[in-house]
Amino acid sequence: MSSILDVHNLTKTYKNGSNTLTVLDEVSFTIEKGATFAIVGPSGSGKTTLLGLCAGLDRPTTGWVSLDGHELHKLNEDQRAALRNQTVGFIFQNFQLIPTLTALENVMVPMELNKTAGAKSKAMDLLAKVGLAERHHHYPTQLSGGEQQRVSLARAFSNHPKILFADEPTGNLDEETSEKVVNLIFDLNKEAGTTLVLVTHDLELAQRTQRVIRLKGGKIVADQLNVA
Amino acid sequence: MKDFTWLLKMAWRDSRRSRSRLFLFISSIILGVAALVAIQTFSDNLQQDIDEQARTIIGADLVLNSNRQFPPDIVAIMDSIGGEQSSQVSFASMVFFPKSQGTRLVEVRAIKGNFPYYGEIDTDPSQASRQFQDSKQALVDRTLLLQFSSNTGDSIRVGDLGFGISGSVLDAPSQTGITATVAPPVYIPLQYLESTGLIKKGSRIRYSRFIKFDDPSQVGAVMEAVRPRLEKEDIDIDTVQSTKEDLGETFGNLTKFLSFVAFAALLLGCIGVASSVHIYVKEKLDTVAVLRCIGAKGPQALWIYLCQIIAMGLLGSVIGAAGGSALQLLLPTVFSDFLPLDVSLSISWQAIFNGIVIGLTISILFALVPLIKVRRISPLRVLRSGYESADDRDPLLWSIYVCIFGFVLAFSYWQGIGDWGDAFVFTLALLAAFAILSLVAKLITWAIRKFFPTNWNFIWRQSLANLYRPQNQTLILIVSIGLGTALIATLYFVQQLLISQVSFSSRGDQPNMVLFDIQTEQTAAVSQLATAHDLPLIQEVPIVTMQLIEVNGHTKSDAVEDTTIAYPKWAFNREYRVTYRNHLIDSEELAEGTWDSTSMENRDTIFISMDQGFAENMKVSLGDELLFNVQGAPIKTVIGSFRKVEWNRVQTNFLVVFPKGILEEAPQFHVLMTKVNSPEKSADFQREVVSQFPNISIIDLNLILSTVNEILDKVAFVIRFMALFSILTGLIVLISSVIISKFQRIKESVLLRTLGAQKKQIMAINALEYFFLGSLASTVGLLLALASTWALAYFSFDSTFVPSLWPLLMVYVIITGVTMLIGLLNSKGVLSKPPLEVLRSEI
Repeated sequence: MSSILDVHNLTKTYKNGSNTLTVLDEVSFTIEKGATFAIVGPSGSGKTTLLGLCAGLDRPTTGWVSLDGHELHKLNEDQRAALRNQTVGFIFQNFQLIPTLTALENVMVPMELNKTAGAKSKAMDLLAKVGLAERHHHYPTQLSGGEQQRVSLARAFSNHPKILFADEPTGNLDEETSEKVVNLIFDLNKEAGTTLVLVTHDLELAQRTQRVIRLKGGKIVADQLNVA
Repeated sequence: MKDFTWLLKMAWRDSRRSRSRLFLFISSIILGVAALVAIQTFSDNLQQDIDEQARTIIGADLVLNSNRQFPPDIVAIMDSIGGEQSSQVSFASMVFFPKSQGTRLVEVRAIKGNFPYYGEIDTDPSQASRQFQDSKQALVDRTLLLQFSSNTGDSIRVGDLGFGISGSVLDAPSQTGITATVAPPVYIPLQYLESTGLIKKGSRIRYSRFIKFDDPSQVGAVMEAVRPRLEKEDIDIDTVQSTKEDLGETFGNLTKFLSFVAFAALLLGCIGVASSVHIYVKEKLDTVAVLRCIGAKGPQALWIYLCQIIAMGLLGSVIGAAGGSALQLLLPTVFSDFLPLDVSLSISWQAIFNGIVIGLTISILFALVPLIKVRRISPLRVLRSGYESADDRDPLLWSIYVCIFGFVLAFSYWQGIGDWGDAFVFTLALLAAFAILSLVAKLITWAIRKFFPTNWNFIWRQSLANLYRPQNQTLILIVSIGLGTALIATLYFVQQLLISQVSFSSRGDQPNMVLFDIQTEQTAAVSQLATAHDLPLIQEVPIVTMQLIEVNGHTKSDAVEDTTIAYPKWAFNREYRVTYRNHLIDSEELAEGTWDSTSMENRDTIFISMDQGFAENMKVSLGDELLFNVQGAPIKTVIGSFRKVEWNRVQTNFLVVFPKGILEEAPQFHVLMTKVNSPEKSADFQREVVSQFPNISIIDLNLILSTVNEILDKVAFVIRFMALFSILTGLIVLISSVIISKFQRIKESVLLRTLGAQKKQIMAINALEYFFLGSLASTVGLLLALASTWALAYFSFDSTFVPSLWPLLMVYVIITGVTMLIGLLNSKGVLSKPPLEVLRSEI
């Protein structure tokens, strides 16, 4: 099976005056297409930084990332944006829906950016899949946290991404809602055959993925395969 | 194309919940555009009306004017031109109204013929203007009749002769409200002029000949033939064409100045646009980051918001242009006292187009300054709230600054200043004001942080800390409110400065009455009359009129033909009113040369003294030879000294002073200055003078002062009318800045509420924050206004600006008060609702 994400000797440092803070320290791993993958670790271990670098939202200090065969450091900001649009789906802890757009319009945006025909009906189908067809005309502030995360899930799958990055997807949700959202993530992922990269400190959630890497102080301290 | 449609769609969707706020951003340019369109429409209509009405303004095809009686050969030339001709002799004189026993200085126009040939002297009754020349009748200015409680049918005495008043003059060719206020016209038939006894040697009289051609197209050809001869005799030539050009230039300058004031309002509005968009963009950072994260390119994100600005800018400009077209209906009324013609009211599509283009361009340019950063917002913000890209240097931003600078420079040159150097200085000054305000804002935030009063109570600390905390509005509000204050206060101070310059008063020993046109043989009798009325003889001065013929042997034609001769042509054209004495007076001091040289004792050379500034303009030096024509007699003189003259003193001041012993026998008149303490005494004395010496004119300085005040009131009204646009725009900028800043503070206020802060505590925090902002901004704005007014006073008006405390305090209190009031009203809504409702409803 070929890889979709290659991370090679990735290091990220920040300068604060004369001090240098190393957030990620020579991290390397590869993720196969269609795999489910979790990055766990305590707060400040570099999980979110790693996710941002893998998705091309940030540039590493040294090392490189190859996403779906594209070496991200060779692309400019707009080329990386285009790659994200065609290849990547995102789910965030704080949902990150556009507040001025309705649920339906939020789901349509990636397809419209990609000039996909029939964006509206496809977005309606996706909202129906996450159980929010009736609420399509509501704005984010009119939806509950769980509902917002489901809209965000529908948006994440709207462009048939090859890889889905989820950053603490249940971090802002109660237990019952979390369960529903997690089930949806795994169901939709399985249905679409998408690679899933999950950043969490919920070890129970991480155990549902095929492989878990543990970060501490910016280094990989464990890399474990889960048996299905 | 598909991409563009999506951008429009996104812009539309994104604006859905903030359209009213977006419109608020743009509303600040509406008034500026309205003012520009109104002024340009007015200007276009005025130009068109000047073209159409120039003939009725001068009332003939050709008008020839001279300060001396036309010589016989010139009369022959004028007679040979043919067509229909009228003559007029006009001069300032006192008139007497027997009914009310009142006297007043007027302009007497003695006329013969059917002038005006185009338009008419508008009288009540209307036939009076055609019939008054048939008998000993006069036409009198309507206001004058009202002032002296006289009516048609009463009488008026002009010089030695009484005339029946056959009608009141409502309007006449080339007459404006202002000219009628200074010297109201009284028309009499020319045939009776001699009998009035007012024409004496040395009197200042204007002789005019009005000619109507059978074929008006011949004017050019005829003038071509006779112009050199007429010019040699210093005869002014007015044709319809030259009137069009002169009026066009005069009113072109007026409308350019007004456009400039309108442009200042527009610029102020643009600062509002920039500051509002700056805050709007701050709120949109997270949305843009999400868009970038899911695949939108930088330029796409920029265009979404630029489309919103373009749409709102267009809407604002169109509303402004429509408002301006409606507003121009008012302008002819505002300017009626200054215009010699009726201005028509029609829509100028050119003005509307220009207004929309200027409004749209400038709002886009100013909005781009904060908007441009949208391209570079990092998608990483979706993971790390508040993440800002470390590299903020954007070369495109500098291009926008250059475009704004270029636009302001080009507009100020094209619209008002007309000189690239001055336009550049103006633009730089504006830039400096921006820089100073920004620097002050940064200094203030730095100083508060550095010297924070940690022992103050919570409310004071909280409000003070809001000035430097993240999301603070210190820079934006200080720049926009400060610049607005500076513009408005400068307009106000300049107006005060202009008014104070002319408000000379008759305090102390300063004379307040001037008697002129006194003949030499009348001087003793007039002095006696004044003494009999217990009036002091403050000054008694002889005046001789003369022409300059040569400077160092060069004549006027030499100066015209030889460009290497520096002496200006006007020096030869003007009439010189000269006095003679052997001493300096209070308002003069010797600047160069020796005053003794002006004494004629034991000398052959006539040394004269000249005003220093005038000599500089004339490009003459000490020792230069000037040849004067003193009413037929050539007199050769040498410049012996220069004097520095205080022209704003109530004195008879002179450009040229001769020594005693030369001009005593020349035709001359005398001026006598005295001081009268009460209006009753003044009226008594004037009545006596007019009755005994009808040729003597009296200027009552108290009357002049009230006339000047009246004129200034009218000028001030125009200035205030135009300043109103700046003031209202400033208010809108203030309101929009404060309303938009609400969104910055909303979460903090709600959080404080949630944590248990009382409504009045949050109100106090907000009130104090806006007090600090309003106070700082208005103080800096006032300081800028003081500096710019001082510079204008020093460099442009040649005067000293002494600011008075009360207007400064007033502007400070108003601006600070309004800022606080708007800030408080604005936060009231937030505080009266439950915290969660506020957070859910405000995006």
